[in-house]
Amino acid sequence: MTSPQPPEADSDVLVRVDNLVKYFPVKGAGLVARTVGQVQAVDGVSLTVPRGKTLGLVGETGCGKSTLARCIAGLIPVTAGQVFFDGTEITKLSRRAMRPFRREVQMIFQDPYGSLNPRRRVGSIIGDPFAVHKTAKGPDRKKAVQEMMERVGLNPEHYNRFPAEFSGGQRQRIGLARALALRPKLIIADEPVSALDVSIQAQILNLLSDLQQDFGLSFLFIAHDLEVVRHVSDQVLVMYLGRVAEQGPKDPVYDTARHPYTAALLSAAPAADPDAAAARQRIILTGDVPSPINPPAGCRFHPRCPKAQELCGQQEPQLETKPGDPAEHLTACHFPIQPHEDLTTSSVGSTAGLGTSTSDSSFGGGAA
Amino acid sequence: MSLTQIEFQAGGAGNAPTQVIKGRSPWALAWRRLRQDKVAVAAGVLIIILALLAILAPVISSWVGHPPNTPYNNGTNSQGLPVSPSGTFLFGTDGLGRDLFVRVLYGAQISLLVGIIATAIGTGAGVVMGMTAGYFGGVVDTVLARFIDSVLAFPYVVLALALAVVFGPSLSVTIGVISFFSWAAIARVVRGQTLSIKEKEYVEAARSIGSGSWRIMFVDILPNLIAPVLVLATLAIPTAIVFEATLSYLGVGVQPPTSSWGNLLAQAQQFYSTSWWYLVFPAGFLLLTTLAFNLLGDGIRDAMDPRTERVFAAQRKGRRAEARRAGRTPPAAEVG
Repeated sequence: MTSPQPPEADSDVLVRVDNLVKYFPVKGAGLVARTVGQVQAVDGVSLTVPRGKTLGLVGETGCGKSTLARCIAGLIPVTAGQVFFDGTEITKLSRRAMRPFRREVQMIFQDPYGSLNPRRRVGSIIGDPFAVHKTAKGPDRKKAVQEMMERVGLNPEHYNRFPAEFSGGQRQRIGLARALALRPKLIIADEPVSALDVSIQAQILNLLSDLQQDFGLSFLFIAHDLEVVRHVSDQVLVMYLGRVAEQGPKDPVYDTARHPYTAALLSAAPAADPDAAAARQRIILTGDVPSPINPPAGCRFHPRCPKAQELCGQQEPQLETKPGDPAEHLTACHFPIQPHEDLTTSSVGSTAGLGTSTSDSSFGGGAA
Repeated sequence: MSLTQIEFQAGGAGNAPTQVIKGRSPWALAWRRLRQDKVAVAAGVLIIILALLAILAPVISSWVGHPPNTPYNNGTNSQGLPVSPSGTFLFGTDGLGRDLFVRVLYGAQISLLVGIIATAIGTGAGVVMGMTAGYFGGVVDTVLARFIDSVLAFPYVVLALALAVVFGPSLSVTIGVISFFSWAAIARVVRGQTLSIKEKEYVEAARSIGSGSWRIMFVDILPNLIAPVLVLATLAIPTAIVFEATLSYLGVGVQPPTSSWGNLLAQAQQFYSTSWWYLVFPAGFLLLTTLAFNLLGDGIRDAMDPRTERVFAAQRKGRRAEARRAGRTPPAAEVG
């Protein structure tokens, strides 16, 4: 996984991202702005989205999830790395060469209010993709739009309404209809349900999975709600500060999380069953996410990690399969969690920001 | 929301099942709010009357029987001074014995023409420049923004005087000068709005669909600019009218014998102690026109922005009055 492989058109893989890097320059004040630093939003992320499946992308706010999504969608240029879509490298394409690819990848946005133009009618918004790609016009376009509206559970008679006349869930359906209009292969859903009520969330998630089957869609599903990701995903990827912490098939990652960050996220998610919630032990992370302008050396998680040791601050851990895991389950950690290990005791009392706690002995030196 | 809809919500399930709730566009809603603003409606009516008077000036002139540029012997008294308003001369006469009423109406033609044309040119240029600067950013933005700043910092009367000397004063030079100084203020606002709108998710959505820059600018951003631009343009018209009056007053705008409110005022200056009407009527029309446009502009701004307290208060008042007429207690809370 560490060495870049040739970009063969793999029939099982729709999107393949190799070592994607995206830095945003930080401009200093003054008349002629100089670049004084860089926000390392995404720093060497590799992933694959399997065809017809869903890859769930999890991480805290500001960890680079949305930036990664925008890079893959081709909305912002990448700093380095490659994105292969159906075997074609797309990061170097010109605007013109990008056009056919635009039809294949569509996005659904988080904010059902901000993602629809308040001054345009719904029919015009959903018809936009047809107009831009000149695939249908006049009565044909209207018919296609109304079919699409019906498909996502909207009343086609509401064709001439404005977005303000719809509820949040309905607006998200409008955004979905717009995304589906060009029959894309990949849908990048950037927190598509986090702005919705829980009951509406379920409706939208079920609609997404219906559409996935009907249209053979692949999803890159971004969320910070772990239960939602678990519900929709086949594969899961956990990001921390622009890097991959852990990735793999859903069940191994959720059931036997190896990275302390994954474990902390899982322990923080509210559980539906109160008994299970009470039985579960919370790992409380201290401190805030460090600034991506000046990320910590070594493992980026080490200042907050309950298991951190000296090595973690010096050497960056490689993303690799840990002993006892299935081959696809990769973890970037020097001291991965062992089965039945209890992390909850260690963070209590340890100094915030200084992960090198004195309670190393309680982990039994990593005994399996 | 009208009372009928409240009734429908309260007890409608059985007896009025087929009532259709009509969708309203943002424009329809703004128009409804504007109609409830009595001041704005009055200002609008005044502007329409002024516009009709200006358009019909030739008709009124022939109806009164006095062409605008004909001096009348009975238009000056024994000392050669203008005569005061009477049945023959509604607004009195000017220094040469011409009918001031007719000349003020012809002046209205010039004022409204200059005001509207200069504002239209300035608004068009301002929107294009502002949107280009805001949307493309970077070097384009830096250059355009500095240009806008320098235009705003320019002493416009000096330029107008200079241009009038070079090209000779005329109506088109006047319109040109006014347009040149009115686009920058609009461009600055449009640039700011564009900067904020282009970060909206629906612009990103358009980009992910594959829309090009021009399509995004004109289909996605422009409709969101129309409301502020409409307000700015309405408020720019009186500025342009006053600007024209200033230039004409200084003698570098519209030239006699064509009448304009500005040059009427300049001519009236020497008669201010003997003939009050000569100053009062042109000045009064100028004042009323600019006031009406400003009030209408304020009204449009309030109507476009539903959060404005004044409109809400007017609506509540209207609703209470409506409820009283219907012999009911007013609804306690806002609906909708």
